Amino acid sequence: MEIELLEIKNFISQYQPFDQLPEEALNEVVKSIEISYFRADSMIIEYGHKIHELYFIRSGVVEIYRRKGELYNRLDQGEIFGQMGLIANNKVRLPAKAVKDTLLYCIPESIFYDFCERYEAFSDFSEVEGTIRLKQAVEDNNDDANSLTTSKVKKLLSRDLVMLKSTTSIQDVAKVMAVENVTAALINDPTITDEDGNNFVGIITQHDLCAKVIAMGMSVDNPVSDVMSTELMSLDHNAYVSEAMLMMLRYNVHHLPILKNKQPIGLIEVADIIRYESQNSLLLSGSIFLQQNIEDLVLLSKQLKDCFVRMVNEDANSHMIGSAMSEIGRSFKQRLLELAEEELGQPPVPYCFLALGSMARDEQLIVTDQDNGIILDNSYDEALHGEYFEKLSKFVCDGLAACGYTYCTGDIMATNPEHRKTQAQWEDCFADWIDNPNPQALLNCSIFFDLTGVYGRVKWAEQLNAFILRRAKKNNRFLACLARNALNRTPPLGFFKTFVMENDGRHNNSINLKRRGTAPLADLIRVHGLAIGSQSQNSFERLEDIIEAGILPASKGQDLQHAMELISLVRLRHQALDVESNIEPDNNIEPENMSEFERRNLKDAFLVLSNAQNFLKYRYTANKM
Amino acid sequence: MHNFINKEILNWSAFYKIKVEQSKDERLKSFYRAGMYHDETKLSDIDFVALDFETTGLDSEQNSIISIGLVPFNLKRIYCRQAQHWYIEPEDKLKENSIIIHGITHTDLNGAPDLLHILKPVLAALAGKVVVVHYRRIERDFFDNHLRSLIDEGIVFPVVDTMQIEADIQDAQKKGFFSLFKPKKRQESIRLGKSRERYNLPAYPPHDALTDAVATAELLQAQIHYHFSPDTPIKKLWL
Repeated sequence: MEIELLEIKNFISQYQPFDQLPEEALNEVVKSIEISYFRADSMIIEYGHKIHELYFIRSGVVEIYRRKGELYNRLDQGEIFGQMGLIANNKVRLPAKAVKDTLLYCIPESIFYDFCERYEAFSDFSEVEGTIRLKQAVEDNNDDANSLTTSKVKKLLSRDLVMLKSTTSIQDVAKVMAVENVTAALINDPTITDEDGNNFVGIITQHDLCAKVIAMGMSVDNPVSDVMSTELMSLDHNAYVSEAMLMMLRYNVHHLPILKNKQPIGLIEVADIIRYESQNSLLLSGSIFLQQNIEDLVLLSKQLKDCFVRMVNEDANSHMIGSAMSEIGRSFKQRLLELAEEELGQPPVPYCFLALGSMARDEQLIVTDQDNGIILDNSYDEALHGEYFEKLSKFVCDGLAACGYTYCTGDIMATNPEHRKTQAQWEDCFADWIDNPNPQALLNCSIFFDLTGVYGRVKWAEQLNAFILRRAKKNNRFLACLARNALNRTPPLGFFKTFVMENDGRHNNSINLKRRGTAPLADLIRVHGLAIGSQSQNSFERLEDIIEAGILPASKGQDLQHAMELISLVRLRHQALDVESNIEPDNNIEPENMSEFERRNLKDAFLVLSNAQNFLKYRYTANKM
Repeated sequence: MHNFINKEILNWSAFYKIKVEQSKDERLKSFYRAGMYHDETKLSDIDFVALDFETTGLDSEQNSIISIGLVPFNLKRIYCRQAQHWYIEPEDKLKENSIIIHGITHTDLNGAPDLLHILKPVLAALAGKVVVVHYRRIERDFFDNHLRSLIDEGIVFPVVDTMQIEADIQDAQKKGFFSLFKPKKRQESIRLGKSRERYNLPAYPPHDALTDAVATAELLQAQIHYHFSPDTPIKKLWL
């Protein structure tokens, strides 16, 4: 009789990569398993020892260490380890210890090698290191999302279909259309049915009523069948919006019946497509400049969330979304400044309004506060001009707050007189930060190193950036201080089903993906960027410069790109989900709400960040030439 | 000679030698011929086999064995590849309530062999190894009684009983000097599932002979890690 270790088989088949294996392969694995119990705090495999098995955690918790004893990873139920050693000449590279009582399934190397050859899913999962898996995840995500979430025409259907009999008089049709407030109706003939069970035979539009009835002087008592169009174009409800648009252009029609299972479920018209396109971020930022007062701007700002959700659903990458959101943010600032100048009069001296932080980096999302400042002309005189710029700043910052850009808790806003300085004062200020670095002083000013001009003499912002780069590039003490600050926020070690595992072993229920992910990434990328004198502000663009400069070990720059993209995507996706379910979006995410995909890949991304922080630590030391 | 629970035990090794001579059945003869470990053998040197019977009831005189699961193991590893599982035609009518308990139905047992037919492979799997069970009354008594009625000759072998170990540990904890000052501790359940929980072993669905055998093997590994050492002599554990 075939021996069925059902309990073991059912268990491992729930987890990657075993969930991808065919039945007979699973049976083979199960039969080969040797079970072993490890008490908490006992070593499972030691560095340099021989290894001939792959380990699967049935229960318990296992920690994996680097050679020097630093914690590398923490694994729990359903995860595997030992594959690195199997690939690297059967020597244990990363020792492992049970930190809780642990039951392991030991799978012989013969199965591991054999399955890597036979099953792609198995080798993909097992052989690759976390960073490669991360790259695959980012790429797969783009593929999948394209086919699944790009907008379909069914999203445009907003009102019920009006369907009338072909024997109805033209006048009655017109009456119904007026009452229903539609510009077209479908006409059916109940006496005939085609092979799909349909009996609609034509469409009548306002244009037909005008061109064929009124213009021709036709009696409105005639049946609608005399004037309807019978060459029917239609689209399935799963077609993309872009297909609908193309079809309308190509056949010069303004209405399209939409079918589901070959039955008409609605009509879309050109106006629907225009309305849909109006959520487009470019149109949104364009229309910002058409608003005449703050109230209208506030009203328009409500569309920001829809626009954001749409971009996420259309599978824009995080760089595209960040740029679009930042562009919209800049547009609000610019329009508010125009309105302020209309109210307060022309500025007494030239100035440049600055955006700092995420907006300057083109990495703004929907949950964001305002960080800004002003560069004033060197002829600025506090006594003469101070009041004007105080009022101007208040006007803009209050307006931004009303539009959903909350006040900066750190008071890094133009309303703070500290952040309204002349060109010369700003240069002195940056020179002091850079030449006499002290970590405490730099702690709160890293945000100033991402700056861009949004209004007025924007050239001044570029000049200031150039000044900063010249000064910072050669200054090792400064870079070391900035690097040290970039290590203040660390990623968590990983996730379990219901909690976040911190490096010191504490548990948390949720994680702030900005504070623990994208922000520390941006911090460390900024340090490298300043070190090589990169003119870019955006983290992805800085990374490209950094990779080109060759200051990172091979492929680590790409790893950082993937990590940044993945963490950003998860953050975006969860914010979009919040908006869609009418929850106030934030940067926190609970492991319970993550998919297995997100959990695993976030963990890999955090590992990349953690490694990059370690590298930063030794790369920038004060006395290094 | 005293074992962990202060009971007299046999010199099993010598006992097996006598049994080789006395046994009439060839299968039993060769079972005993495989011999048994010396009392002082370290746990780390012992090959165990976890054994579990599912039965139609608790009375070894009245009820029958309906399935047997076993898995060989040692202190380090439990070998799934050598796991074995049999269904057996019961001698008494399969009672409805034991169908409910075990989930084994008449269909499963249709055409199943009787114990006599599988006696050879079962004994071969056990020979020379120390049998480990959770609650020895079932496996040892049923085996002995059934063989007596089938071949007119019983079977006796040492067992390590993980349930007895659990009971002894709880007694020992209660008898500790300081526990006099502690509030009276309620006796913890020493059933298989509950015992496993104390060692953070996962929960398995009960009443499958093979799953229970694996569960028992895991439990003994855990008990030894917690309460004994690889150098502990087997005489401390077996009964």
